[in-house]
Amino acid sequence: MNIVIVGCGLVGKTVTEQLSNEDVNIMLIDSDCRELNSVADTYDVMGVCGNGASYEIQIEADVPNADLLIAVTPSDEINILCCLLAKKLGAKNTIARVRNPEYIHQLEFMKEDLGLSMAINPELAAADEILNIIHFPQFLNVESFAGGKLNMVDLLIEEGNPLVGLKLSDVYRTYSLKLLICAVKRGKDVFIPNGDTVLQVGDVVTISTTESEIEKFFTATGLTEHKIRSVMIIGGSKIAFYLAQKLASAGISVKIIEKDEERCKQLCEMLPSKVSIIHGYGMDEDTLDEEGMDEYDAFIALTGIDEENTIISMYAKAKGVRKVITKINKMTLFDMIKSTDMDSIVFPKLLTSNTIVSYVRAMKGSFGSSVEKLHKIAGRKLEALEFKIKPNAQIIGSAFKDLKFKENNVLIAGIIRNGQVIIPDGNSAINAEDSVILVTHTSDLHDINDILR
Amino acid sequence: MNRKMVGTTIGQVMLIEAILMVLPVIVAVIYKEYTTIVPFLIPMALLAVFGWLLSRKSPENKTIYARESFVIVSLSWIVVSLFGALPFTLSREIPSYVDSVFEIVSGFTTTGASILTNVEVLSHSILFWRSFSHWIGGMGVLVFLLALIPNAGNRSMNIMKAESPGPSVSKLVPKTKDTAKILYLIYLGITVIEIVLLFMFGMPLFDSILHTFGTVGTGGFGVKADSIGGYNAACQWIITIFMMLSGTNFTFFYYILIKSYFKAITMEEVRWYYAIYFGAVAVITVKIMNMYDGFFTALRHAAFQVASIMTTTGYATVNYDLWPSVTKMIIVSIMILGACAGSTGGGIKVSRLIIALKNSYCELKKMLFPRSVSVVKMDGKSVEDSVIKTTLVFLTLYAFIAIVSIFLISFDGFDVTSNFTAVISALSNIGPGLSMVGPSGNFSAYSNFSKIVLTLDMLAGRLEIFPLLMLMAPANWRKAKIK
Repeated sequence: MNIVIVGCGLVGKTVTEQLSNEDVNIMLIDSDCRELNSVADTYDVMGVCGNGASYEIQIEADVPNADLLIAVTPSDEINILCCLLAKKLGAKNTIARVRNPEYIHQLEFMKEDLGLSMAINPELAAADEILNIIHFPQFLNVESFAGGKLNMVDLLIEEGNPLVGLKLSDVYRTYSLKLLICAVKRGKDVFIPNGDTVLQVGDVVTISTTESEIEKFFTATGLTEHKIRSVMIIGGSKIAFYLAQKLASAGISVKIIEKDEERCKQLCEMLPSKVSIIHGYGMDEDTLDEEGMDEYDAFIALTGIDEENTIISMYAKAKGVRKVITKINKMTLFDMIKSTDMDSIVFPKLLTSNTIVSYVRAMKGSFGSSVEKLHKIAGRKLEALEFKIKPNAQIIGSAFKDLKFKENNVLIAGIIRNGQVIIPDGNSAINAEDSVILVTHTSDLHDINDILR
Repeated sequence: MNRKMVGTTIGQVMLIEAILMVLPVIVAVIYKEYTTIVPFLIPMALLAVFGWLLSRKSPENKTIYARESFVIVSLSWIVVSLFGALPFTLSREIPSYVDSVFEIVSGFTTTGASILTNVEVLSHSILFWRSFSHWIGGMGVLVFLLALIPNAGNRSMNIMKAESPGPSVSKLVPKTKDTAKILYLIYLGITVIEIVLLFMFGMPLFDSILHTFGTVGTGGFGVKADSIGGYNAACQWIITIFMMLSGTNFTFFYYILIKSYFKAITMEEVRWYYAIYFGAVAVITVKIMNMYDGFFTALRHAAFQVASIMTTTGYATVNYDLWPSVTKMIIVSIMILGACAGSTGGGIKVSRLIIALKNSYCELKKMLFPRSVSVVKMDGKSVEDSVIKTTLVFLTLYAFIAIVSIFLISFDGFDVTSNFTAVISALSNIGPGLSMVGPSGNFSAYSNFSKIVLTLDMLAGRLEIFPLLMLMAPANWRKAKIK
């Protein structure tokens, strides 16, 4: 499969990195030759230096024979122009990053004319992700599948958790809840557990379950669940805007601290009046204290600078704010940040590249299934994929205990049948038209038949 | 420095060499030369064992930066040569190990310079291995490795850049592996066609195969004392054409294959290459016309010799050492120049000459009109400053190494022409030079010390100087101290 990526900024690079592990040929276009060459050499792709929206450059990058063009330059307009041209030249599919809120609505109804197969908006996706986390504050991270019907949540097993020391088979027997622990992160190791795995303090477990079961889970285990009713946001970025809008409509009180006065005014104009906008510097202790940081249920750092976000999050944590969420742009800091005790981190770039990778996997046109959604879970070590099962899939009909899976490599975390979530056990089987969510060590899985031996 | 990855890659290269040695063994069996089988089996076993030990564990960290690739490439070549020389010594056909190393390095680097006084006494399998080394070295053993191993990993392009000749190496298709495969397929295609053609026009099969290895790898090892001189005119023309093709930038063939004919014929380097070639042939033909009977004989010899020297092959049909001095001067100039970048040929490469000349023009213009701005362009695109700089550095180092080497080997007391052309011929991977090392001579008279100097020159020439120098850089071997 031939893919052309226009723009090798942070998103372009992340997408290239992830796609270079798949079996695809990638052409990268960027006007910054030096940056382009270094990325091209690092990830075994070919670089074409120039303006991606120009005819010659697209011809040089062989766009007419491309299966997919992904435009992720900093400019929305160039991205759209790239896709328009690529479509005219004969590229089969196009994806553009469009993030200006003013374009959101017209995009939907102009998609066809613009030749766009998909428009991605990292900021909006990040806002959704943060909203998810706020919705389930007990968990470090929340990934949703099948339109929010099934969730994968990361739970840190702390001292005093009744699950400590229990075998997983016992956990399922004692609580008889509809949930499945599908990944355990212990120190640096990440593994897919089986019935004999015993949970320890400090483990981060990834649980696949539904929203209603989560509440039952908390009642059963005696862990308390605090609803978040107030949120403080530092930095009035685009994510902050989308997020505040969503939070306000969910009835949560929001305060945004932004250092640029002009931007404050803009936000005031665009956001409902119950969102309070403060003009002040988020790194300033006095400002934070004056605005009563420690009285808020959640604190979200959304400035444009990763280092600032990290430090104020640590400060908020020290001040005793219950839920601290940090936005990080640069993937390079990933390993370091994971080792700090910051609990919830959101990577907008990663969300975007996940969306694109799952699109690519789906395009690979597998025989009996297609990838609908992909999330990297448990510290990016595992992949959780949602498959739509076509009627001719090999896996249909047999109970799981009768199927021969590749060893320790895969776990079926959930089945969605006619809108109902089924948490599977050994007796479950897959039907045609089901959506199946599975967790795997293998990357580049794009066909559900590949999980069988 | 990722030493584990360096070790693993070199181990893989050793395994490949062990496998490639199967071919001369087969030749030995065909010609019933049973005494030379063991001399091949011993290095094969050593290579297999060491290669297996080194490459048995795949390292977790597969990252290769430019530093590692330089070390991998130069070490691989040295290791491959040291083991590749063993059959010569063990079979006692070239008793001295230094001579054997000289001979095999001359093979792998596609030089074709020999210390043998009479090649016709060698056994078939040894001759085959000698010529086959040209074929392996022509496109590069690591490029071969890249084409083979399933997941070369990211950054594998660094290795290809370090091994392939030319001022700026670029890919043909997005994946390095696919690029390496395409290059080898083109290479293989040219090889097969030439073998068939030579055979059809009356050369014995064994000779056709070996001369083809020598031609497409632009090496120059033959099987006869008078090189190609004894074969018929048709075969000489075929070899002339294939030498020129092998010296052409392989991107040209790729463009032809994907039917981008316009791009192919407008490649600046290829145009210069053929222009220089035809120019040199024309002048020499006129100059030597009276020495041979008729225009066409003179043309054939001129065309053959110029192609042979320019593509750095080193075959000969006549002893050009006897030609007039103007023609010898032309030959020395194209010796230094060499073939196209991205080909199997050596020398400083036509593209470097173009870049250097264009850059000089720009700089001169700037001296006259200090405010003028100009860029160096190749194929309609501006050449990056870093490429120009490395080109100039390369030329400086080439000259410097050449002078130092000439100085070192002059202790043996031979004449200046011999010493000068011997070094140039080694550095440019040609083979013969003039005077004592001319087409009818050989390198056997030099002392062991001089042979080692020339061996290093050949390696430096094939790997284009930088990898070998980087190998010696202490920064590669010291562990960074953080204190």
